[in-house]
Amino acid sequence: MSSNQRPAGQAPATAPAPAMAPAADPAPEPGPVAGAAALVRMQGVTKSFGSFTAVESVDLDLRAGEFFSLLGPSGCGKSTLLRMIAGFEEPTRGTIAIDGRPMAEVAPNRRPTNMVFQSYAIFPHLNVADNIAFGLRSPGQSLSRTEIAARVDEMLATVGLGGLGQRGANELSGGQRQRVALARALILRPKVLLLDEPLSALDKKLREQMQIELRRLQRQVGITFLMVTHDQYEAMTISDRCGVMFGGRLAQVASPKELYQRPVTRQVAEFIGGINFLSGRVSARDAESASVEVKGFGTVTMPTEPAIPAAGGQITLGLRPERFYLAPERPAETEVAAAATVEDFAFYGETIHYYLRLDGYDAPVIAAVTNFQRAAHFAPGDRLFAGFRGRALVALP
Amino acid sequence: MMRRLASGVLPIYALLYLAFLYLPILFLPLFSFNDSKILAFPMSGFTTKWYAALGHETQLLNALGNSIIVGLFSTVFATAIGSLTARAITRYRFPLRRSSQALQMAPLVMPEVIVAVSLLIMFLSLGLSLSLFTVALAHVLVTIPYSISIMTSAFEQFDDSLEEAAIDLGEGEWGALRRVTLPVVAPGIVSSLLVGFTVSFDEFIMAFFLTGTEPTLPVYIWSQVRFPAKLPIVLALGTLLILASLALLLAAEYFRRRSLRLSAVQEGVPIA
Repeated sequence: MSSNQRPAGQAPATAPAPAMAPAADPAPEPGPVAGAAALVRMQGVTKSFGSFTAVESVDLDLRAGEFFSLLGPSGCGKSTLLRMIAGFEEPTRGTIAIDGRPMAEVAPNRRPTNMVFQSYAIFPHLNVADNIAFGLRSPGQSLSRTEIAARVDEMLATVGLGGLGQRGANELSGGQRQRVALARALILRPKVLLLDEPLSALDKKLREQMQIELRRLQRQVGITFLMVTHDQYEAMTISDRCGVMFGGRLAQVASPKELYQRPVTRQVAEFIGGINFLSGRVSARDAESASVEVKGFGTVTMPTEPAIPAAGGQITLGLRPERFYLAPERPAETEVAAAATVEDFAFYGETIHYYLRLDGYDAPVIAAVTNFQRAAHFAPGDRLFAGFRGRALVALP
Repeated sequence: MMRRLASGVLPIYALLYLAFLYLPILFLPLFSFNDSKILAFPMSGFTTKWYAALGHETQLLNALGNSIIVGLFSTVFATAIGSLTARAITRYRFPLRRSSQALQMAPLVMPEVIVAVSLLIMFLSLGLSLSLFTVALAHVLVTIPYSISIMTSAFEQFDDSLEEAAIDLGEGEWGALRRVTLPVVAPGIVSSLLVGFTVSFDEFIMAFFLTGTEPTLPVYIWSQVRFPAKLPIVLALGTLLILASLALLLAAEYFRRRSLRLSAVQEGVPIA
């Protein structure tokens, strides 16, 4: 838990290692022990292709038994980082160690990692059972036919493909192909399972179903999963912790909740869900709290964060759309409120997004209310009050 | 108006075109069963004696043997080279990749007589005496473009992460080649072998220039056409060759399609 990056000091008094609850873990495998030494340790890992730097000085520790997601837009270097752990790419600088053992001299076929490829890479000439048994028949393995058959049957049941061992590779649905890819990698009992955009080839419904399935599987086998994805919702719903990457650099490592509530940069804040940027000026600041005058709203009190400058300094404040209170009259629940005009709205079913024109702001702000709040139903052109509480604000550098 | 005209004329045009393509070939089997040495209508009667006579033509059988040896050698060699080249073209990006591809296809469009004469001069100046070996080398040259083109299409469909997956699952480079790459592109290889054999088996000009004392089958047939008495036997032989070539090409096409089907599986099409 001391492995956090820059945000370590960002969230002062939050519970240590949130969301790492080792709650349901029936597996006798080494369970997720918070605070244990890092299973995978990356130090100063850099990868350059010619003059292009794909990954730049990444320091990251993965804990045993956790589900970690590397999140970022395409081309941010997350897949390259994954491939360096697998051994398909060599770091230009820096070291990667797994279980304390440096990987520099270890060939990809000798690493304690296995991978689920984006295309799944199911061997088309082999049936399901032979695909899954592939690694057990590689050099260095010495299992008898019956042992292999038993392991394969066990694995088929684990991933929910029981009885489909004799199916041809070309007779599988997208979800089944993904399960075969998982089974084929997990049967070798790797220390780390690497997943490269494992759900991107599936349609939306199936993807949501497989997210839950992946989480269940990870808890059941107790193996560390490292998943690469560009889908922030996917990363947030599945992972214990996420690392957000931009332009080859790791911007923040935190639990999904912390990532959403305490992003450390504007980039992270924008990438993880929607956010409004308000400008403010610090009028007073002490160790505990700060008074900030938010343009167009008024002065609020918020907890002191490192990103808040001394009194008199300018500051950018992030506010999630759902933290707005909307009311026809000035709302009593919030410290501050501003008059606004409804410009437009988008109906999402469970929520409604209002695009509000605020005095003194060029771009409209977005406020999200749940459909259930009937008092907060407005039409374009309506005048209303938008308010929020000071502790809903995030100070951004 | 135009459309109606086209719909009436086009089928007739298509029929004429097909007749132009295939009618001459149909004369071969037709006259091969004719009980006369004169190739003219009306035919005198049905016979299979020309086919029976084939078995007694030792020179012809020798030539057939020569053609098979040359065909096997050149197709195996060309398929090996073609597969390696195709793998390089599809997998790596290197300078002059496109122009090298064009260069490799050149033997297909160059006048064969010129190539044959050039090879003849080269072999002689190298001190190689003309034999089946020189013919086979020339056939490798003309067969390689076919092999490259077939194998490029096979490898283009090949998902490189299959090899990575094999290595990730503990295999070595050779193991990945043996257990994954070769089996997946095997239909392409078989197709390339069959097409290469057919090309070599039918080839005349190179063989004519470069063969020594042992003729290949096309060269032998050409030499026999001058003797009217042998002509019906040649027709019988020609009929069998057409059938064999057709069978080989159909088999090659079957394997080519199978290779496409095998690789199409890897696309990972999302099916709910």
